[in-house]
Amino acid sequence: MHLAYPTVVAALLFSAGVYGVLARRNAILVLMSVELMLNAVNLNLVTFDVWYRDRLHGGQVLTLFTIVIAAAEVGLGLAIVLLVFRNRKMIDIDRLRTLAEEEDAARPRPAEPEAEPEAVDAR
Amino acid sequence: MSGQEIVFTLLGVAAVGSAVLVVTTRRLVHAALWLVVSFGALAGGYLVLTAEFVAWVQVLIYVGAVIVLLLFGIMLTRAPIGESADLDSGNRWAALAVSAATAAVLVTVMVMGFRDERMPLRAGGGSAEELGAAVFRTWVLPFEVLSVLLLASLVGAIVLSRSDIGPGGDTAPGDGVKPGAETASGGDGVRGADVAPGRDVAPGQGED
Repeated sequence: MHLAYPTVVAALLFSAGVYGVLARRNAILVLMSVELMLNAVNLNLVTFDVWYRDRLHGGQVLTLFTIVIAAAEVGLGLAIVLLVFRNRKMIDIDRLRTLAEEEDAARPRPAEPEAEPEAVDAR
Repeated sequence: MSGQEIVFTLLGVAAVGSAVLVVTTRRLVHAALWLVVSFGALAGGYLVLTAEFVAWVQVLIYVGAVIVLLLFGIMLTRAPIGESADLDSGNRWAALAVSAATAAVLVTVMVMGFRDERMPLRAGGGSAEELGAAVFRTWVLPFEVLSVLLLASLVGAIVLSRSDIGPGGDTAPGDGVKPGAETASGGDGVRGADVAPGRDVAPGQGED
């Protein structure tokens, strides 16, 4: 098989993920786009593993490791997103500007310190 | 164009097309479901590339576990089921430009670099036997380190998502200097003391 097919598919998947990370506003959609980018990398790893005929199967084993790391990442990421949702009642990345620089000190900030997780069980 | 290339092209078109739908659709749940299609097509691509074990791991972990996690996240954040108007932020044209540039650069590099490279597809190259031998002979140390990483992320996710663990455990180090919190960092019995300042901190807390 020609090497260009999987690599071009991987490049297009990666750029779709880049678009999603940059353009989406919902944090869960951003996580999905990150998963797309990780999958593009996985496809490249498998492709070059097959191309080199690696006897140690470094590419495919690293693909398995990447899948595991992606699973851990999405678990932790969703935990963080749920924590943000419990504290702020929304997960719009554009509006989570508490850590921004001074230029938006004039706008009404939603919370003066970073809201604590303990604020949750007041509900 | 051989049969393998035709099959891979079809699977690649399916994967890229559904990936584009993931990042452009207006419904959150549909985005997760299109992600299933994209990952399934990629698993088919792995099968064409003779990476059978990776394909099934992809189906099990991504389609089985990660999508379910994402759907749970969508459900728990009370996302609307129907169309939502503001899923795209204001910088989508800049994002489109950046991703188009990324695609152009990557495709150009890949096509120019590997224009006349062909790879041999030999059956059984990525079977469970070969990969198991590789993992447990050559790559056994990274495998073990990865299991420790999984344990750490599991503990982290539990600590982040439980709200009844004491403030010493689940807050950033900077939070410990808050007045009233540093003396209370020992245990749970003082939770009522720091719920009260937390209540006026969280916005929209009074309406439910």
